[in-house]
Amino acid sequence: MKFLSMVLLIAAVGASAAPACAASLPPTGAASCSGCHGASAAAVPRITGRDAGEILTLIAAFRDGSRPATVMGRIAKGYSDDELRPIAAWLAGQK
Amino acid sequence: MSRRYRTTRRAFVGGAAASLALARPSFAQASANVVVIGGGFGGASCARALKWLAPKLQVTLLEPNKTFTACPFSNDVIGGFRAIEAQRFGYDKIAAAGITVAAQAATGVDVQGRTVTLADGSSLRYDRLVLSPGIDLRFDALPGYDEAAVEVMPHAWKAGEQTLLLRRQLEAMDDGGLVVMSVPANPYRCPPGPYERACLIAYYLKAKKPRSKLIVLDAKDAFSKQRLFQNAWTELYPGMIEWVSLSQGGKVTSVDPSTKTFVTEFGKHTAQVANVIPPQKAGRIAALAGAADASGWCAIDPVTFESKTAPNVHVIGDACIAGGMPKSAFSANAQAKACAAAVATLLAGGAPAAPKLINTCYSLAAPDYGFSVAGVYQPKNGLLADVEGAGGTSPVDAPREFRAREAVYAQSWFDTITAEVFG
Ligand SMILES: Cc1cc2nc3c(=O)[nH]c(=O)nc-3n(C[C@H](O)[C@H](O)[C@H](O)COP(=O)(O)OP(=O)(O)OC[C@H]3O[C@@H](n4cnc5c(N)ncnc54)[C@H](O)[C@@H]3O)c2cc1C
Repeated sequence: MKFLSMVLLIAAVGASAAPACAASLPPTGAASCSGCHGASAAAVPRITGRDAGEILTLIAAFRDGSRPATVMGRIAKGYSDDELRPIAAWLAGQK
Repeated sequence: MSRRYRTTRRAFVGGAAASLALARPSFAQASANVVVIGGGFGGASCARALKWLAPKLQVTLLEPNKTFTACPFSNDVIGGFRAIEAQRFGYDKIAAAGITVAAQAATGVDVQGRTVTLADGSSLRYDRLVLSPGIDLRFDALPGYDEAAVEVMPHAWKAGEQTLLLRRQLEAMDDGGLVVMSVPANPYRCPPGPYERACLIAYYLKAKKPRSKLIVLDAKDAFSKQRLFQNAWTELYPGMIEWVSLSQGGKVTSVDPSTKTFVTEFGKHTAQVANVIPPQKAGRIAALAGAADASGWCAIDPVTFESKTAPNVHVIGDACIAGGMPKSAFSANAQAKACAAAVATLLAGGAPAAPKLINTCYSLAAPDYGFSVAGVYQPKNGLLADVEGAGGTSPVDAPREFRAREAVYAQSWFDTITAEVFG
């Protein structure tokens, strides 16, 4: 919860305008995502800047298997909803 | 950036979250020196993440090579369907991010005085030191295998000239020749790498030298993604690859470079092309810094990656003992980011939060046939442990279309991670 409120606060003051600079740490677990989901036009889509609710819905669908996946189903099972909410909010606020 | 940062700080301090803001480390004030040794997947990622998180830190990256040659996908170069140039990355973007890139090897570390000695005799002071030197070969562990032998029986376990040498040897071999590979016991860099290599050597042989054969001499009875690899061998390269496990006598006890012979507990194999993947240890500088233990690898605190034996020294990537996390470029990059957050927090007087990390390792059995193993990890009992219920390998019974998609994702992963690390 601590991270969530801070992330939301940052988002409220326009974190998405931030260039490559971080005033605060990404929430626990968020930093690994960029190993696959980068900014380039790769086959694995970008997730930064996307709506947080949309990110949460997608991960939930990967986790329960309702959305087919190669790898994300296996990874999503390692995260709880409480962990995912701040991650999704943080990703949404990134460029 | 500073304008936005100030806005954010003001919002913190003036808003309802003032107490939270004060509890946070204020990275903008931290102007300490962090030296990172090794500009590979771990070190370059860590240097960039540090500068991104705490722009006022003085970050120095020590790396003797002007160009980095990546190991992931180097097996494709050996298989003959990728150019080595696609594996090479420079440090310009890292320097442009405000990191001092020094083209120097570190030759010593004085942990008490917090200084690193460089190859040119100069030294650097640090507040925190990050080691990501990758691996060194253990020439003491396999009789007959020494620095001269690598020119005859290449390891190709550090990418570059060695990769090209193994490729040239395969090209020069007669159709009907025998290729022999030896694989060490765990732990070593890239657990599925030898078996991917076996696939891609077979891919080349099948197309160009179909009467040839490959023997894999293994010091283990089980390996990463075993079912997936073995199914692919049967499906794609029937009769070409013979895997000799530990219990079948696969452990190599010595080699003779003059005849390209592998001696095992059960017999001898003389090869036309001999690929020795020898036992390994953390890059030499880790031992010089007092961070490596009797195993040759570096024990760390799983929250901060700080060495258990060398204070203010953090070890990431292949060199560290990361519990369930394999020695992969993906792991090194993920650990680098967590380590950067911990170092920035420590330097600002804060307490680092426990990280949660991911690894995904793709392997190709052919250019359009990929599969993966994934895991999620967090600190538990002093190590990085698998989060139960998460991770695992690709399904063993997936259709070819699924394998083709994973091959595309593998390439995508490489493009993304190298862009994140090198610019
Ligand atoms: C054939 C093969 C295939 C692979 N495929 C994959 C894959 O598909 N996916 C994956 O995730 N991983 C893969 N890997 C593993 C991956 O290459 C390593 O895990 C990764 O490179 C580890 O990163 P690192 O930072 O620890 O070391 P490295 O990337 O090796 O970087 C170490 C750097 O430190 C420098 N250095 C060493 N000593 C010093 C010193 N004293 N001073 C200054 N600099 C120094 C070196 O020059 C080097 O540049 C593969 C490996 C191999 C061999």
